Amino acid sequence: MIAPRLRSLLLWIAVAAICVFCLVPFYWLINVSLKTGTDLSNADLIPPSPSLDNYSSIFENNDFTSALRNSVIITTITTALALIFGSFAAYALARLRFKFKFLILAIVLSISTFPPIAIAAPIFKLWTDIGIYNTYTGLIVPYLTFALPLAIYILASFFKEIPKELEEAALVDGATHFQAFRKVVLPLAAPGLVTAGLLTAFFVWNEFLLAVTLTSSPSAYTVPVAVANFTGSTEFEVPLGTISAASVVITIPLVVLVIVFQKRIVAGMTAGAVKG
Amino acid sequence: MEASTARLGRRWSRGGRRYGTGERRLARAMLAPSLIVMALVAAYPIGYAIWLSLNEYSVRVPGLSRFAGFDNYSEAFSSPEFWDAVTVTFLFTVISVGIELAVGLGMALAMHEAFKGRGLLRTVVLVPWAVLTVVSAITWRTIFEPNLGLAPQVLSALGLPGADVVWLGETGWSMAVMVLADVWKTAPFMALLLLAGLQVIPNDVYDAAKVDGATTLQRFRRITLPLLAPAILVALIFRTLDALRIFDLPYVLTRGANDTTTLSLLSYQELTTNRLIGYGSALSVLTFAIVMGVSFLYIRLVGGNIRSLVADER
Repeated sequence: MIAPRLRSLLLWIAVAAICVFCLVPFYWLINVSLKTGTDLSNADLIPPSPSLDNYSSIFENNDFTSALRNSVIITTITTALALIFGSFAAYALARLRFKFKFLILAIVLSISTFPPIAIAAPIFKLWTDIGIYNTYTGLIVPYLTFALPLAIYILASFFKEIPKELEEAALVDGATHFQAFRKVVLPLAAPGLVTAGLLTAFFVWNEFLLAVTLTSSPSAYTVPVAVANFTGSTEFEVPLGTISAASVVITIPLVVLVIVFQKRIVAGMTAGAVKG
Repeated sequence: MEASTARLGRRWSRGGRRYGTGERRLARAMLAPSLIVMALVAAYPIGYAIWLSLNEYSVRVPGLSRFAGFDNYSEAFSSPEFWDAVTVTFLFTVISVGIELAVGLGMALAMHEAFKGRGLLRTVVLVPWAVLTVVSAITWRTIFEPNLGLAPQVLSALGLPGADVVWLGETGWSMAVMVLADVWKTAPFMALLLLAGLQVIPNDVYDAAKVDGATTLQRFRRITLPLLAPAILVALIFRTLDALRIFDLPYVLTRGANDTTTLSLLSYQELTTNRLIGYGSALSVLTFAIVMGVSFLYIRLVGGNIRSLVADER
């Protein structure tokens, strides 16, 4: 038996270690992003003369601002479509009766495990042939494919929790199944929509392999590609300050969302893992 | 329930259709958009990739190709680069997922204890998870920057080896940075999955063990670990699937230098830099086959969950 006092001491050491491990690396990035000039070649833990110059310089960089715009548009459209298509499919799987349900869901889930590299070359050829290479559409369509399985799975597990009696009452009152879905189930599953929407948005914002394969110019680059390319262009002199600032800028929205929607996100992450 | 079903049946049959036809038709209509998109962008390209991998494409004359059978595959199997990439990918997967399990389990156990600020700790843990993989790579590259990074400073202050090493310039050390960047970003995910598993273990099991005089360690080994096993397994498979597909980290950290070329990165380089469409496709099909093997295991394991999700209760 460990004495309670020792136990709580060990716990606080563990908690402190976790905080250091999780926060210090990101702090370091912020630290570097606030340094300019010769400060960058010093390893100070706190910027000696903090300045926002790196931030103003990346916002004057058209490649970066257009990447931000591209990412916002692509993420918004993909998330909206994933929620619409996904909630339809999830409702059918969770509530309607038809054959081969298990098979369909198993196939859908296995798609989420596809390595994107396996479809990169064919999609590249296909998109070049039909003229949507290096466009928003060219990214939204494959993103939708990889986002749908997760959205469907999360939404179906939320739909399953909604008492069936509510829907049945609507059906008895003469509503069609689709009306029951739209007017009864969907509003009640709003938390599920938020969860699925957040996880979809995170996935799209973060995706790199398809973005780097299916785009070729700043007009379609997404933020991870733009930031990764910051480095490639100047191989011998890495613009440390501006890269760090750009990295912080594209990460902050996600950190804010995580703080605000912590419960919803954790619910979504663990939806598939621990039931049964 | 019986009565309402019967009434519904009558309502459907009034239209002259058999009971349930409308429901099936609606199901088909509601599934169609998702299934069409997925078939278009997953099923069809995989088939196309297999076809591409069976052909030899001219590098000089675009569009010129000839059927090559399994030549691309035998070339892959006899090339040291392929086997190096397999080794690197599996080494990275085993090491990083192993460390993530240990770190994640530690985090989960700490977060499971009751103390003030538990919610805050959960938010703190989610921060690395929210960081983009590309940004995680940039962060760790910055930390290991020779002379002016955080790591060389800390290491030399503590008198540990590695302070004078150019980490991203040498074999082994580069892999270590890659593993660290991955552990940092994904251990929180592991921790939250395991925490959810810990939360469903009933407290009375522990109380009973305490009454019987079991020590903390015994309780952990005999109760926590066995009851957590299903959650651990699912978390391991999730992470393994991701680690096997790793691309962003080596791309940003090393571009595959110093023995960090993973299967995804090798396929990408052959396809784009070297423009070997047939050979590159063969590599990506092989990557696909390896990942799908693990994925099959995953579907088998979560099969119970899936079944309960689609079960008809009426």
